Amino acid sequence: MSTAQTLTLPRKNYLNEGYGLKSWLLTTDHKRIALLYLVSITFFFFIGGFFAVLIRLNLLNPAGTLVSAETYNRLFTMHGITMVFFFLIPSIPAVLGNFLIPMMIGAKDLAFPRLNLLSWYIFVLGGLFTLYSQLAGGVDTGWTFYTPLSTIYSDSHVVAAALGIFITGFSSILTGLNFIVTIHTMRAPGMTWFRLPIFVWTHYATSIIFILGTPVIAVTLGMVALERVFHLGFFNPALGGDPVLFQHLFWFYSHPAVYIMILPGMGVVSEIIPTFARKRIFGYSFVAAASFGIAVIGFLVWGHHLFVSSQSAYAAMTFSFLSYLVAIPSAVKVFNWMGTLYKGSISYDTPMLYALGFIGLFVIGGLTGLFLASLGLDVHVHDTYFVIAHFHYIMVGGAVMAYLGGLHFWWPKISGRLYPEGLAKFAALVLFIGFNLTFFPQFVLGYMGMPRRYHSYPPEFQILNVMSTAGASILAVGYLLPMAYFIWSMRYGPIAASNPWPATGLEWQTSSPPPPENFEETPVVTWEAYDFNRPDIKALLAAQAAAASSQD
Amino acid sequence: MSESESILRGHFRDMPQQRDASSLGMWVFLATEVMFFGGLFLTYTVNRAAYPAIFAQASRQLDVTLGATNTAVLICSSMTMAMAVYFSQKGKRTALVISLLLTMGLGLVFLTIKGMEYAEKFRHHLVPGYNFQYAPASAGPAQLYFSLYFGLTGLHALHMIIGLGILTAVLIEALRGRYTPEYSTPVELSGLYWHFVDIIWIYLFPLLYLIDLHR
Repeated sequence: MSTAQTLTLPRKNYLNEGYGLKSWLLTTDHKRIALLYLVSITFFFFIGGFFAVLIRLNLLNPAGTLVSAETYNRLFTMHGITMVFFFLIPSIPAVLGNFLIPMMIGAKDLAFPRLNLLSWYIFVLGGLFTLYSQLAGGVDTGWTFYTPLSTIYSDSHVVAAALGIFITGFSSILTGLNFIVTIHTMRAPGMTWFRLPIFVWTHYATSIIFILGTPVIAVTLGMVALERVFHLGFFNPALGGDPVLFQHLFWFYSHPAVYIMILPGMGVVSEIIPTFARKRIFGYSFVAAASFGIAVIGFLVWGHHLFVSSQSAYAAMTFSFLSYLVAIPSAVKVFNWMGTLYKGSISYDTPMLYALGFIGLFVIGGLTGLFLASLGLDVHVHDTYFVIAHFHYIMVGGAVMAYLGGLHFWWPKISGRLYPEGLAKFAALVLFIGFNLTFFPQFVLGYMGMPRRYHSYPPEFQILNVMSTAGASILAVGYLLPMAYFIWSMRYGPIAASNPWPATGLEWQTSSPPPPENFEETPVVTWEAYDFNRPDIKALLAAQAAAASSQD
Repeated sequence: MSESESILRGHFRDMPQQRDASSLGMWVFLATEVMFFGGLFLTYTVNRAAYPAIFAQASRQLDVTLGATNTAVLICSSMTMAMAVYFSQKGKRTALVISLLLTMGLGLVFLTIKGMEYAEKFRHHLVPGYNFQYAPASAGPAQLYFSLYFGLTGLHALHMIIGLGILTAVLIEALRGRYTPEYSTPVELSGLYWHFVDIIWIYLFPLLYLIDLHR
């Protein structure tokens, strides 16, 4: 890279605008708030990962001798709570969405910058409650808080954990509110709705779930806490209440929450694939609309978690049908990504490896979801490792892959530096192998009948469990590597150009790292989304081709 | 003109954009609030469908006169709030301040009456989790009714208290003469919030107080 030596960091950017702790903790700059989130959710990711390591180590041995059954219950509960509420849900929206949405639409900031900072503080406060519940001895109800276990029988720290999630919910709500208002009112001149990057569309759909779903889980967990403290009877059959009502309320949010995790990931992939195929996304309006299809239908499928919970047969059939229906907008997206790749000029840079990995793993996760949506088969595999494998393919194989792909893709913009490409490709490969080795055996285990949430199992399941634990250790290396080289690159990485790939979004039109106000002057958009025939993109592509041929 | 420029925050292009953003933000927030109350309303609906007779009987324990008075008080406060918005748009500062004070006064009357009702429930041993006593045959569902009564009206009262806090801030700004026909967004938005909280009560009153009165 001969050009890299001539590049310098922009004199004034959002990173060197101020150095003290105060300049970070009191910032209203969406880019700095995104980095605050990045640091905090990485912290929670490693806590959740720590619990996962202990779970997998315990399951090396059929007798489960590492920890007691009670401790094991707490481990998987805290793994679930930490990963779902404090890593996966905020991951892409609060970090990448926060950082990118204003820049992608040509705005100086989100509509409500102070509210944005407040949402981070609310997140931290909720996190402290959860940390307290973990340090005080943990929760053992499963992340689902099913009643009456959580309200009567559990002697663990349910109230603190429920309050932590209650509080953190408001951080999601405020983020969603900010995104919706920003996308509606802050677009630059010429940035029409159908010129928005798909990333923005998916975040709009995600925000709708934030706004309409999160308050329901908040009030539900509030009722659980009240019932537990004051011995009320909302969900207690002995007092006339209905435990199944809790399951309905819980899953009314917690199923759409899966789409909170996957939709932003689809947005990331929809940015990466056109960039590295050098081609406009195939079926733009269908990909955009499919986000809303997923968000809307996603609100109507929660009953598929209750197929064995005394739900009426007619309700179960309806929920089964609606769950199948979600596959349609999901497949629309996957086929359109295929269409984008078709006859594209593809290069396999690191973000592209993650995006391709996402597609494969998401397809496996999605298709096994259809198994679970079918009434007969679900009774067989319900509450087995088949379910565990299915949702980890969506949440880890899908959402985390997309998150890491997005971090790599926008890292030059975020940090102004390049990460080591060879090492990054190696890490992506390690992750992919480690992930599949961890979770594919769990499909088999579940189908053979190994139930979830047990700390011991029959000896004939050991070989598959050992494979899974071995995979988890490879997966751990795959997570530690990017963390190490990202930190390294912040100081020692080669300086990045403003548009290194090149990509077409507005965020690449400003310097890397961007100035505090994002753009020197408000951009005026005169081109369609993903227009690789734009003169400036063509010039960058030609320069890239020339550099590649001079190296040969 | 210089006044409106100082009100415009740096990341907005112009005043209409700022106004649109603020107003949309409040509407989106109210959508969240609907769903927040929605969880409790659903719990109410499911349990009332399961125990219609006991819910009807338990509702007789509430004081319909006080409830009706409070309904009237809140409707009046919505009117004075609407007047506050009108006067802020017309730039009539004194009338605005008086309307805000009236609204807040009516809000306080509501909370006082609500407090009296709560005190009565404490005296009559109708507070779940504290001193609940009821005919043993229907104690469980009746306790559900009163849990929902306190849950719903308590959450509503909390929103009233937050509303009074917001109106206090608006009142201080109004006394400083901050609101002009060009800039009255905070009055309008707190008005939206106040009306929303009133509407919640318009649902709560019949669902909690009136379900047995048609017989």
